[in-house]
Amino acid sequence: MMDYIIQATYFIGALLFILGLKQMSSPVTARRGIIWAGVGMVMAVLITYFHHEINHNYIWMTLAIAIGGAIAYVSGKKVAMTDMPQMIALYNGMGGGAAAAIAAVELIKEEPMTLTIQSLAVIGALIGTIAFSGSLIAFAKLQGIMRGVIRFPMQQWINALVFVLAITLGLAIVLSGTQYAMTTLAVFFVLALVFGIMMTIPIGGADMPVVISLYNALTGLAVGFEGFVLGNPAMMIAGIVVGSAGTLLTQLMAKAMNRPITNVLFSNFGDGGDGEAAAVSGSMKEIDATDVAVMMAFAEKVIIIPGYGMAVAQAQHKVWEMTKQLQDRGVNVKFAIHPVAGRMPGHMNVLLAEAGVPYDIIYDLDEINDEFPTTDVVLVIGANDVVNPAARNDPNSPIYGMPILNADYAKNVIVVKRGKGTGFSGIENHLFFADNTRMLYGDGQAVANDLVTSLKEL
Amino acid sequence: MEGFVALYIFMLAAVTGYEIISKVPVILHTPLMSGSNFIHGIVLVGAMVALGHAEGAVQTSIGFIAVLLAAGNAVGGYVVTERMLEMFKSSDKKENK
Repeated sequence: MMDYIIQATYFIGALLFILGLKQMSSPVTARRGIIWAGVGMVMAVLITYFHHEINHNYIWMTLAIAIGGAIAYVSGKKVAMTDMPQMIALYNGMGGGAAAAIAAVELIKEEPMTLTIQSLAVIGALIGTIAFSGSLIAFAKLQGIMRGVIRFPMQQWINALVFVLAITLGLAIVLSGTQYAMTTLAVFFVLALVFGIMMTIPIGGADMPVVISLYNALTGLAVGFEGFVLGNPAMMIAGIVVGSAGTLLTQLMAKAMNRPITNVLFSNFGDGGDGEAAAVSGSMKEIDATDVAVMMAFAEKVIIIPGYGMAVAQAQHKVWEMTKQLQDRGVNVKFAIHPVAGRMPGHMNVLLAEAGVPYDIIYDLDEINDEFPTTDVVLVIGANDVVNPAARNDPNSPIYGMPILNADYAKNVIVVKRGKGTGFSGIENHLFFADNTRMLYGDGQAVANDLVTSLKEL
Repeated sequence: MEGFVALYIFMLAAVTGYEIISKVPVILHTPLMSGSNFIHGIVLVGAMVALGHAEGAVQTSIGFIAVLLAAGNAVGGYVVTERMLEMFKSSDKKENK
């Protein structure tokens, strides 16, 4: 009887997950979606206490949930919106680790399993462990604990070798039924851990969102596979749904960044162009905040292009204040968001929403790109590569072919920048040297503040 | 679980996941990734079962770690997603005014 109730609860839980995820795919119902999924989760977890296979360790179980839950709750509440991507990576890694640990417990038991189940346990362990160590590296990179990319000769071959070794040991475990040595199992897990690390260290910061999304899908798959091992339909369905949804999401992100997923994983950023990038002609011309304020105040149409730099400087609130002042003067102000602005597709929209900028003045690349020629002033704040015309007209540039916001077509371009160096990717930006471009140097927030003050004084 | 039933579940769940995501606007990519990250937090259920029938110190410690990590995945995933989506709600309100 109890078992019947448990299965029914898992069924309702899985249904709530699917419906919740469906609602999360539209901005209007998104918030209800996560609450539904949350209800499903709480139900499934509580009923599991009565699961017939659980016969002891209740106190340890509750303690582990309390500790893990409390740490995650506090860190999740405290994290700044700009740091969201690495937190997602961290929580995802924990999920992958959990799936791998489940596999470890089941495999250490050396109880007879069918060939299929044992294979699934081993594959889930492999995928989960890779997602675990890979996500932790992604977290470390985005958090700034680990800087730069690590590359060495023959890297792809060494990675492939580690992977093949891991698979071979996995196969050996599956084929030996219940007779495998514990050391084989241990080495198998170590190899999977190492592979996750090795696969992630050569990938640069700009590609990290795609990688996190991929590991998210992998964790889903690992959870699904371990669900088959435990005969738990809630895990199977939720895991596989996330696995396939995550795979598609990864493809969509890669497409938005114009970086095929194979390029992200197997080629190094900056390898695209052969030959020297075109030399930059002209010089950077400086301007001060008062002049910019005047230009914008008497313009008809202003487009603001925010980048991650604006978010780092916490300037979005000041920028919104400035926007409101311009709107009061009758200026038509729009925000143009590049798909990869921020650290992930959609991240910048979250950051602007946080500052209170309404949806209806925020536009995507496709919606706004034709409007630049009729725009009086474009204010680029904290963005760099996404407005680099080299992506359009220099075949030797590493970012050639990436869709960009055509800021250079506007009558005047103001670039707010901290200093004269190159950006995140280290690529020289031709826009900064254009005749219609003026540079406004300074910290994003300080500059936005100056602009607000200057506008008030006009 | 019989092999073919499992295979059907796999197939249907995969199609479902694919269908759900196929028409999603770019602005929701980050929250959606975070939301699906929360959903695979269901691994907590499996981790509890693993710990609940673990025998001996090694299995119990690994099971304990599994539950700890899984709880972190579920709770953290929820908190972060909820915070993000809450902001979308407030901008919706402004639009409706």
